[in-house]
Amino acid sequence: MNRRRSLRPVLLCVLLALLLTALCLLSIALGAVSIPPGQALRALFGHPDSQLTQNIIWSARVPRTALGLAAGAALGLSGALMQALTRNPLADPGILGVSAGAAFGIVLAIAVLGVGSLYGYVWFAFAGALAASVVVFVLGRSGRSGATPVKLALAGVAVTSLLFSLTNAIVLTDPDALNRYRFWSVGSLADQDSDVVLRILPFLGVGALLALAMAPALNSLALGDDVAASLGRRLHLVRLQGVTAVMLLTGAAVAVIGPVVFLGLVVPHIARILSQYAGIGPDNRWLLPLSAVLAPCLLLAADIVGRMVDRPVEIQAGALVAFIGGPFFIALVRRRKLAEV
Amino acid sequence: MTSTEPGPQLTASGLHLAYDNRLVVENLDLAVPAGAVTAIVGANACGKSTLLRALARLLAPRQGVVQLDGRALHSIPTRELAQRLGILPQTPVAPEGLTVIDLVSRGRSPHQTWWRQWSEADERAVREALEETDLTDLADRAVDELSGGQRQRAWIAMAVAQGTPVLLLDEPTTYLDLAHQIDVLDLITDLNRRENRTVVMVLHDLNQACRYADHIVAMKSGRIVAEGPPAEVITAATVEDVFDLRCQVITDPVSNTPLIIPMGRHLGAIPAPVSR
Amino acid sequence: MTALAADRRTRRPFRLAVPPVSGVLRPRLILVCAALVLAVCLLLCWGVAIGDYPVSFPDVVKALAGSGDPGTVLVVQELRLPRALTGLLVGVAFGISGALFQTMTRNPLASPDMIGLTEGAGTAVVAGIVLGWDGGLGIQTLGLLGALGTALLVYLLAWKNGATGYRIILVGIGVSWMCTSATDYLLARGRQFEAQAALGWLVGNLNGRTWSQVDTLALTMVVLVPMALATGRWLRTLQLGDDVAAGLGTPVRTARLVLMLVGVGLIAFGTAAAGPVAFVALAAPQIAQRLAGTAWPPLVASGLTGALVVLGSDLVAREVIPGTELPVGIVTGVVGAPVLLWLLIRTNRAGSGG
Repeated sequence: MNRRRSLRPVLLCVLLALLLTALCLLSIALGAVSIPPGQALRALFGHPDSQLTQNIIWSARVPRTALGLAAGAALGLSGALMQALTRNPLADPGILGVSAGAAFGIVLAIAVLGVGSLYGYVWFAFAGALAASVVVFVLGRSGRSGATPVKLALAGVAVTSLLFSLTNAIVLTDPDALNRYRFWSVGSLADQDSDVVLRILPFLGVGALLALAMAPALNSLALGDDVAASLGRRLHLVRLQGVTAVMLLTGAAVAVIGPVVFLGLVVPHIARILSQYAGIGPDNRWLLPLSAVLAPCLLLAADIVGRMVDRPVEIQAGALVAFIGGPFFIALVRRRKLAEV
Repeated sequence: MTSTEPGPQLTASGLHLAYDNRLVVENLDLAVPAGAVTAIVGANACGKSTLLRALARLLAPRQGVVQLDGRALHSIPTRELAQRLGILPQTPVAPEGLTVIDLVSRGRSPHQTWWRQWSEADERAVREALEETDLTDLADRAVDELSGGQRQRAWIAMAVAQGTPVLLLDEPTTYLDLAHQIDVLDLITDLNRRENRTVVMVLHDLNQACRYADHIVAMKSGRIVAEGPPAEVITAATVEDVFDLRCQVITDPVSNTPLIIPMGRHLGAIPAPVSR
Repeated sequence: MTALAADRRTRRPFRLAVPPVSGVLRPRLILVCAALVLAVCLLLCWGVAIGDYPVSFPDVVKALAGSGDPGTVLVVQELRLPRALTGLLVGVAFGISGALFQTMTRNPLASPDMIGLTEGAGTAVVAGIVLGWDGGLGIQTLGLLGALGTALLVYLLAWKNGATGYRIILVGIGVSWMCTSATDYLLARGRQFEAQAALGWLVGNLNGRTWSQVDTLALTMVVLVPMALATGRWLRTLQLGDDVAAGLGTPVRTARLVLMLVGVGLIAFGTAAAGPVAFVALAAPQIAQRLAGTAWPPLVASGLTGALVVLGSDLVAREVIPGTELPVGIVTGVVGAPVLLWLLIRTNRAGSGG
């Protein structure tokens, strides 16, 4: 019995790896131009059937899939991290103001600085996201008890609303800014520079390392600030590390694909349920990597559905993530499977 | 403790109480003695708070009925019930900044209507409640600024202002230090003696229950195991049965009620029988 | 001892009785309400006076009565007054609704736009503009149907042998994410002028409001506001917790249902008239509470403060950038943030933050 139970986590990992691989392959094969799986595999391994296939696969599909993988993993990971940091199962990685900061960065770049290039705004978005979350963290830290979950959330709401209002003010008066903003805001894996993944990968890498390394600290944090402190955790450092990881992961992902932060809200809940079935308790050393693997599954699935449901018109992945994840979330609420606040 | 008219009769018959699908209290009968202080005691999760909530109509019984003066609780209109029966739940929270006098005034709401929002009787009741609980000087202070004992007295003052002949209290002494616990219990005794109010309280401290209650109801696993005056109910055998605790029982030299001396694993071998 | 505590000592409420009617009067609250009424009237007249076609105060008063230059009367009565009145009514509706929600949930950070219905109103309006799914209905009706429809959806989805407040909030979060996503998708899919028009509504806007908005809103508020005021006693006991309230004779389940219906109704109709104006429902009750020195958000003062915030923000929105009229929601969003931060810092200092 014991051996069977200890096999379940392994089984879970294997299943998820298979699922992710399958979705990646589907993402490469399916689209406005359907490429049979055999051809797709051959093209992947360097033996394309035609130049067209080669182009489609390597210039469009593979970068898109890679972006879905990287950004999805980043958002899932930062969502799980945010929920653990704030001890709030309703937290999404955007509560630190990342989405609002990115939005503001984009419209500022276009309206004020006249950035014309379609792809130049990404860095401004990233900078805006970082700046906003730094401000939120500093504001949340003011006062006696440091950056407690409630204060962070409040500061996040304040900064987010301020930035979104300013963003709206700009886009209502500048048509170029409005266009760029609304296409970014819906959240999409399409229309991206093919090497944008490589550009954000360093930030995602550092963020992921920071996040995964603090999993044991997060387990202590879950027991309450006092218990965590008595277990030797230095709360200020832990929070600083966590917020930095969230900033990097979410900021980079959101700057490129748009504010698909609902992914970071709902995926950790699914991860918790799966790990319950696998017999693992609420252990962040499992939950973080699990979320990092599940989120790209959901994102890629949404992207694939978006490409296929109304060919050749695409429905953006960001919209579909909410429409797939939302009912899931509500079903979880009804079954009381949600962790109580 | 004599009165010219019969006190309020609060009875429970055949009570089955449950949360979701978990049966907590099974087939319980209880007749609360009028004009006396009754303490419900028992180990954690034995159903004592659940029973109190059912007596207060905060929990609807699955089966059985609670009656006040012969009428089923659920058939008494809410306002009328609030004028006859008051409840103070565990650790109540007042909004930040609410003053003592505002809190105590809330106790008068069962007696108010939308056109008669503050009558002479209300004013008098609040004033008297503040005097009885010795809070007149603190009337304008915020409740959350008071000490634990003062805060609990403010909540009791609210219940007093409500003017109900029956008062139900759920663990009124939790989180208070010993001096304040005794203070609150003395206040409750005053309320009972002065106005002949029937008091039912859940207490977790057995010795305090013996000291301050006229009638003890000992519960275990949702059933009443023993009931009666403290001297009869609290014996070493009953305590071991209800609390799974070995003890000696002597007579409290101050109050002449049973005093439980627990024995743990490190102290106290099983004693020779001690005369009480 | 803070100034506020000393204040409480000297300004105890007193009883006023004209038998058989009697009540409690709080001097400071009455003063604050009177001051707010004055300020609101002032801002109302000011809002009517300024604009591309400036009208002096005496002319405003004359035009309101219908006399004076016909052109001025037209501008005042047909253009400016409806806008100002809409702002007033929306502010009152949002303020009272926010006060109801915050008292019911015993949480100063609760806001009625956390349960998804303002997002639902937005989705309905944007769908109408972009997809043309309006069936001939105006924007206002669309917004109303969206808000009420979403409220009903959330309630039904949260219903499982009764709907606890916690479950409603959770389902509201899920539904509001879906609505927000749908809105973003529609904004991206529509043509630019459609997106611009839709966004203009989505931020909360008093531009172009006519008497039809005022009439609808006024009619509903004549019904809902007295209902809200009548529940004052219930609110006072609910503040102390459900159990204590039940013990004091309040029918807790009925009271919560009525309060929620009134709160939702006020927000839905207010949103239909002016769009989801940010922050008013959250901040107005908290500001009113601190002005009046009470321990709970006072209903009338919250409504008046809401009106003050909306009218004041509209004035700023119209004047801050010469040549353009910003939507009122942008100013409330920008100004509301510091207010929230101030709340945050205050609770930090008192030690009860977080």
